[in-house]
Order: sequence, then C-alpha cells, then structure tokens
Amino acid sequence: MWDNISLLIIAPLLNVQLLLDGVLIGAIFALAAYGLALVWGVTNVKNLAQGDLVIMGGYIAYVFTTLGIHPILALPVAMVLMFGFGWLIYRLIISHVIERDLFTSLLATFGLALVIQQLLNLIFGPDVQIAESGFDILFLFGGQVTLAEIKLVALVLAGVLAAMIVFFMKTSRMGQAIRATAQNARAAKIMGINTDRVYAFTFAMNAAICGAAGVLISMIWVIQPFFGTSYSIRSFVIVTAAGLGNLPGVIVAGLGLGAAEQFSGFVLGAEFQQATVVGLLVLVLIIRQLQMRRQRRVVS
Amino acid sequence: MTAIGKKRRSTFSILGQLAILVFGVAAPFLFPAYTFQIAMLWIMILFALTWDIMGGQMGYNSLGNILFFGAGMYISAVVQIAIVYDVAEYTAAFGAIKIDFTTAQYFTGFALGVIMAGLGCAIFAAIFGSMVFGLRGPYFAIGTLGVALAAGELVGGWDYVGGGSGISMPVYPGDVQPRALFFYFLCFISAIATFMFLKWVYSGRFKTTINAIRDDEEKAEAMGIHTTRYKVVAWGIAAFFLGISGAIFGNMIGFIEPLEVAFPTITLGIFMVVMSLLGGKGTLWGPVLGATLFHLFKEVTWIYLLGWQWVALGTLIIVNVVFFQQGILGWAQDKWPEWFGIVVDEKMSAEQETAREAAQ
Repeated sequence: MWDNISLLIIAPLLNVQLLLDGVLIGAIFALAAYGLALVWGVTNVKNLAQGDLVIMGGYIAYVFTTLGIHPILALPVAMVLMFGFGWLIYRLIISHVIERDLFTSLLATFGLALVIQQLLNLIFGPDVQIAESGFDILFLFGGQVTLAEIKLVALVLAGVLAAMIVFFMKTSRMGQAIRATAQNARAAKIMGINTDRVYAFTFAMNAAICGAAGVLISMIWVIQPFFGTSYSIRSFVIVTAAGLGNLPGVIVAGLGLGAAEQFSGFVLGAEFQQATVVGLLVLVLIIRQLQMRRQRRVVS
Repeated sequence: MTAIGKKRRSTFSILGQLAILVFGVAAPFLFPAYTFQIAMLWIMILFALTWDIMGGQMGYNSLGNILFFGAGMYISAVVQIAIVYDVAEYTAAFGAIKIDFTTAQYFTGFALGVIMAGLGCAIFAAIFGSMVFGLRGPYFAIGTLGVALAAGELVGGWDYVGGGSGISMPVYPGDVQPRALFFYFLCFISAIATFMFLKWVYSGRFKTTINAIRDDEEKAEAMGIHTTRYKVVAWGIAAFFLGISGAIFGNMIGFIEPLEVAFPTITLGIFMVVMSLLGGKGTLWGPVLGATLFHLFKEVTWIYLLGWQWVALGTLIIVNVVFFQQGILGWAQDKWPEWFGIVVDEKMSAEQETAREAAQ
C-alpha cells in the first residue's frame, strides 16, 4: 500500500490518469444518481433496482453492436424502450408501494432487481460484455496518460443529457408538474395535477435516464448481469452524500466517488474497489448521524 | 370466551410444538437422503426468528443481519484452528497443510468456537449498533446492507483468514453418516433453543418495550424507556444466535469463503427478511411458518424450474411484499382475531368504522 502511495508521489502524472478516469466514469454515476434522487424526491420510493435498469440499458447497446449498428445510435432507442419499461414497472409494482412505508419500496424494488438480473443472465449469459465503439485512444503528456476518445464522447453526451433534463424540468409543463408534486403532492392534486400520471412519468423518466447511463457504461466499461447492485449502491452513496433535490451536489459527489474509487483501487488493490464504495456509504451515513446528533435528531 | 380462546390457543401451541419435536427427531431417519436440506430448514427458521426480533417486534428493518452469521463462522474457524495451530500459516497453505485434530481436540475446539462465535457476535452487535442506531427507516436498512456488503469485501481481502480463497475447516473425526446426524441435531437444537428463548423473552416486559419502540420511539423515550439499551440488547440476542448458527453451518459445510458462504448478503441475508414477512412479522410462529414455506418453495423451484428458480424467487418477493405484506399469520389475525386471543370491542370498532367513513 505504501509503495503505491510513494509511486503516486514519484510519478505525478499517474494522479492525472487516475483523476481523469475517475471523473469521466463519475459523470455517468452522477447521471444514474440524479434519476434516483428524482424518484426519491417525487414519489418517496427508494429504488434498489436502479443499477439493474442501468445494466439493462447497457445490454440494449450490446444488442446493437451484435447487429452491427454503432452503439451510440442505441442511446435514443434505449431511452425510449426503458421509458416504456419504466412505465410498465410503475403500473405493475411501484404504484402499489407508493403510499406504503419506506421499507416496502426497498424490498419490492430489491425483488425487481433480482428478477431483472436473473432474466438478463438467462438471456445473455454470465459473461462480461462490452459494446465496442471503435474509437481511438488519445495519448496525452507524451504518451504517459492515455485517454480513450469514447470516454470524452460519453462525458459530452452525459453533459448534454443532464442539460436536457434540467431544461425539461424547468420549462415544460410536465417538469413543472413534477416539481410541484415533489413540493406538496396534496396541494398539487388540488391544483388539478394528475399526480398518479406524474409519478408514472417520473419513474419512467428515471428508467430512461438509467438506460442512457447504461449505454454509456457499456461503451466505456464492461457490463455483466450482476453488476447492477454496485451501481445501485453507488447511486445511494451519491444521493445520501448530496441530499435530495441538489443537482450540483449530485454532480460533485458523483465525480468525487468516481475519482475515490480509482484512487483506492490503485492504492489498496483492485479487490478493495468495491469495498470502497460500500465503505464510503457507511462513512457518509455515520457523518450524517454525527451532524444530526448535535441537534439531537436522527437521520430519517 | 377469552378463557376458552386461551385454552384452545395453548392446546394448538403445545400440539404444534410436539409435532415439530417429533418431526425434528424422526426426520433424518425417515428421509436420510434429505438430512442436509432439513438441517438447512432449521437454520432458515433460526434466521427468520432472529430477524423478527428487530424487524418485526422492534420495527428496525435490518438488511444486514447476515453479517453476524458470517462473523460467527469466521470467529469459530479461527478459534478452532488457533488452539492447535498458527492460523496465518494454516490459511496461507490453502488447505495443503492437513493438520490432524484428535477427537478430543476437535470437539473442545468446536465447542469453544461455537461459544466464542455467539459471544463475539453479541459484542460485535453492541459496537456495530452504536454506529447505526442513529439511523431510521430507509437509512437504517441501507446502512446495515452497506455494512454487511463491506464485511464480505473486507474479509475477502484479509490474508490472515485466507482472503478470497477461504478456509477449509478441521475435518470431523468420524464417518459420513454420524457426521451428518451430528450437525443435523446441532442445527435442530439451535433452532429450538432460539424459539424457546424468544418465547420466554416475548412473554415478559421486554416484548412490550420493544413493541413500544416500534410503535412510537419518541413517545417510548418520553415514557422513560432507555431505548438505546433495549435496541442493543435486542440486536445482541439476534447476533448471539446468528453467530452460533454461523459456527455450526461453517463446520457442517466444511469449507468457508467470504462472499458465497459466510456473507451471502443478497441471498440468505434478504431471504431472512422475506421469510419473516411471508409468515407474518411481529409474531412468534409467523417466522417459523414463513421459513418452512419459503424453504419448501425454494427447494421445489430449484428442482423443477432449473434456470428460472431465481426469477420465481424474485417474483415471490415482489408479490409477498407488494400484495401480501401482513403475511399469513397477520392475515389470519385480521380474519379471525378471536383465535389469537385478540378481543374485538364491537362498540369501539363500530365507532372507528363510522369515523373512517366520515373522513372519506
């Protein structure tokens, strides 16, 4: 471990490499986490199947490459398909748990996650897959830092998507209805907003965002049917750290988590990369508790 | 009416306990081919019962109780090896060193390991509790889930206990058949002991107190109940029995490994929640019933739905949680309250009914 740290000090460009990798992947974590925060804030459902929706999007891109179509073109298709899937899931499951206690939504979406994982496993098999995008690798700083072009493309696409979502939430009629429902569902209902439709749309939009994130993940990293859980945990880490309805916070936490994972993977070894994510979750929750304890309150 | 209801209830309860005892003792001789599966059933019942202390009776829905199962397994493994040998050397050899345990060494090590696992886990629960008891609702569930997942990953990177490649446990000095019976009866006895202990604990003030925490923690605290102390004790009880079951299970399997055997958070860790919910959480018999049905469902789908068993299991979880959350006993309690000694005040319930209608 100390060897690796001293290596980072001797070769400062390694830091640049790790930071770059972390930030580029973190942008996509932030995208999925924003979807979670959206659903959490509006419907009060904690979606443990978030990561599995991401992986589903990734497999749509993978199917595109097997058909010989470029995976970037899968982005709009995945969003539309996942929007429909999200709507279906809302009607089948989520609409029944919305009024119930917090634990119900956690367990129900956990069951959903299990079903999605296993169906993907049955269809595509347990192998690790990648959607080959065919882009080049850039060499920076005289070849000491490598950067796959597709990662830059993915960053730009993630940024464009985020901007589109913000624009939609700010200006469109539906976006306003969603924000009104998040503030006070009862008042929104009195004002004539069909809150059930708003909930359905929110969940479907979350699924679409996840699908888009999945397409990007499948191009710059790898996908596998059971990788979903770690994305769900990452989304929870980011949202718990940033708080609900705090978009800048979600972006910063997402980028930070991406970088932290890369650094810990390098310093402690790859087998601790997963432990870092859950360790950070526990750490964030403990810090939250200590903050609240000062005001004699609990984290709820 | 209550006297008759009570008498009928106690007859039911005694008959049920007798039937379980007879089945438990006779099963390995009647179905020798299924000894392991039935031993698993007792472990599952223990899981559901211990989860229900926190989740059902106290309203703290933990998703990470499997942590104590794995911790107990590792504590007992280390104790058993350490009384004869150096643990680091033993694990570094990946099972290549086969040290001979004499019969006396094996059984003293095993007994010591089981006791240490139980006590160690109870202490562990007290420490861990101080970390997570400030969390409520979803944060408690996610926090405990996170800790259990982290434990599996961390143990997987800890070379002293063999890391990701695990530990092969000391070999039982004896034949296959007596070995299977020995571990079967240990599983059976630990499940029965858990049940009897909880029955005793639930018959007193403790149950009323933790139910008060479930119903309204602030009010319970205002009534002068030291809530944190009760929460730690409740979790300590669950951890003690889970630790013991982990120690027994590890020796029964013969080889332990962090992710699949010791800390299977997203399989067994979630199953214990689902089993309690299926039977009816917050009751004594609910987890027993739920675990039995769940285990049967699992074994049957494993045999007949090859490849689709996990999908069936996930669907069962969704249907159970979304449409049938009160569980079998909860549903029966609503339908026939007099069976459970719940006295329904006709006048009061009629008043509540009219009030509810007026509100709508």
